[in-house]
Amino acid sequence: MQKSVLALEVIDAYKTFVDEDEGPQQFWRRFLHPASRRRVVAVDRVSFRVQPGEVYGILGPNGSGKSTLIRLIATLLSLDGGRIRIFGLDVQQDLIAVRRLMNRVSVDAAFFKKLSAMENLDYAARLYGLPIGEARRRAGEMLERLGLSSHKWYTPLENLSRGQQQKVAIVRALLTNPALLLLDEPTTGLDPQSKRDVQDYLLEVQQRHHTTIILTSHDMAEAERLCRRVAFIHDGRFVAEGTPEELKARFGCRNLEDVFFAVTGRRAGEEDIGA
Amino acid sequence: MTEVARHLSAAYGFVERNWALTRRYLGWEVVWIVYSTISTLTIGLIGVDSQGIVGQDRVLYLLIGALLWSYLSVLFQTMSETVAWERWEGTIEYTFMAPVRRIAFLAGQGLFGITYALIRTAIILGIVILWFDLDMSRANLVGGFVVLAVASLSFVGLGLVASVLPLMSTERGAQATHIIQGLLLLCSSVYYPVTVLPAWLQPVARLNPATYTLDAVRAAWMEGASLTAVWPLVARLLLAGATLLPVGLLIFHIGERYALRTGKLKRNG
Repeated sequence: MQKSVLALEVIDAYKTFVDEDEGPQQFWRRFLHPASRRRVVAVDRVSFRVQPGEVYGILGPNGSGKSTLIRLIATLLSLDGGRIRIFGLDVQQDLIAVRRLMNRVSVDAAFFKKLSAMENLDYAARLYGLPIGEARRRAGEMLERLGLSSHKWYTPLENLSRGQQQKVAIVRALLTNPALLLLDEPTTGLDPQSKRDVQDYLLEVQQRHHTTIILTSHDMAEAERLCRRVAFIHDGRFVAEGTPEELKARFGCRNLEDVFFAVTGRRAGEEDIGA
Repeated sequence: MTEVARHLSAAYGFVERNWALTRRYLGWEVVWIVYSTISTLTIGLIGVDSQGIVGQDRVLYLLIGALLWSYLSVLFQTMSETVAWERWEGTIEYTFMAPVRRIAFLAGQGLFGITYALIRTAIILGIVILWFDLDMSRANLVGGFVVLAVASLSFVGLGLVASVLPLMSTERGAQATHIIQGLLLLCSSVYYPVTVLPAWLQPVARLNPATYTLDAVRAAWMEGASLTAVWPLVARLLLAGATLLPVGLLIFHIGERYALRTGKLKRNG
């Protein structure tokens, strides 16, 4: 792959949804008069570029459009306007090739909970066409590195803690050697030790494999620790972008949490932004 | 790994995953097999008269209907509930963002569904033969199973069409698939000849692949008809399969695009 190709290029990404949060009377009105449906803009002409090997953070309050943006990049939503390219490939036109290049860890560890970690990882390996023996060996190494002892590999995931499940989710994403890793609030709800374990491992993987990472988070300290650049999204729009140091200097703040309040206009207590 | 090998690996991944889930839910599997067996026996007993004399043809007619419906409905459910099931487990986003063509998904789900439904049907068939002491010496059992395999293509296609409903409506879609399944049962010759249906429903029954499946399997198992003898029915089933599989894939593709546009491809709707 040529070095000049961007890992991720988002150009004027635009996404709206029909507002479903209405009662039965509104349902019939909408049914009879489809044009009256209220549309909500979730992502409003967002553009940004990410270089290969960069860790880029997208920060913002609940409902700001972070997860919608990640889901657009992950090909789980189609664009209403704009373009997204991953290593030069268009997410709408080169769907299978784009999907092969990336993987995602979401806020909720989405597994077949009755199956064990290894059974879920086997399924992932098959979906991505990985040789199963090699995949199991690598999965074992990564699980051990993340502190999940081997007797837990064959236990149904429903019997593991949330932190342990999230570690398996990270192994599942890394198993496919993604060039682009999408992390959608990967450490939300984890205890401080599990959070630190996950962050350390992500930094190690990024440095060793030059993986490009897009991270969404409420956790400003996490973003500051992991990301080279961050963008703040508010009401579907990017309202600030730069390195953490640049942003702190620009807004005259001591830390990213204060920048968050400055750019979103929210006071402490209005929004749970984590530790 | 070549592109074809990747997709074969993915198709096998669905079979392996479903098999692993079946083992984990073994208690429920036993429950469903016992329930289906009892249900089949109950329907078969309708054919036994008040003196306890077994009317072989009447019993066999009903039992074949019950067995085949058990097979076809399991296969249909395996396909039609796949989306609802992924949503319930919370894995729908992971599965749908994997680099897998839907034809591989269809192949994997279909292969598992056919194998699983055949095993269940064979177990129930063995039990009912012993219970009613049926004389199956004239039956062309292999021919009947070949017909079932051919009929499976149509039901995989129909199941794929129905599986779109939970993509389009996260709450009501899964319920609607049961209505489709009920209509397939009503408009077929599972427990009665199509001729007893109201005249306006009979054309629908003649379009239903279950009708031809039942006619062909009854001919093979009750009269020992060869595959050559039931070829016209098998040919219709092949035609139905060749039509319903691509139509199912097309409709699934349209439904998936709708879900991508409206944001319904997620676990909590």
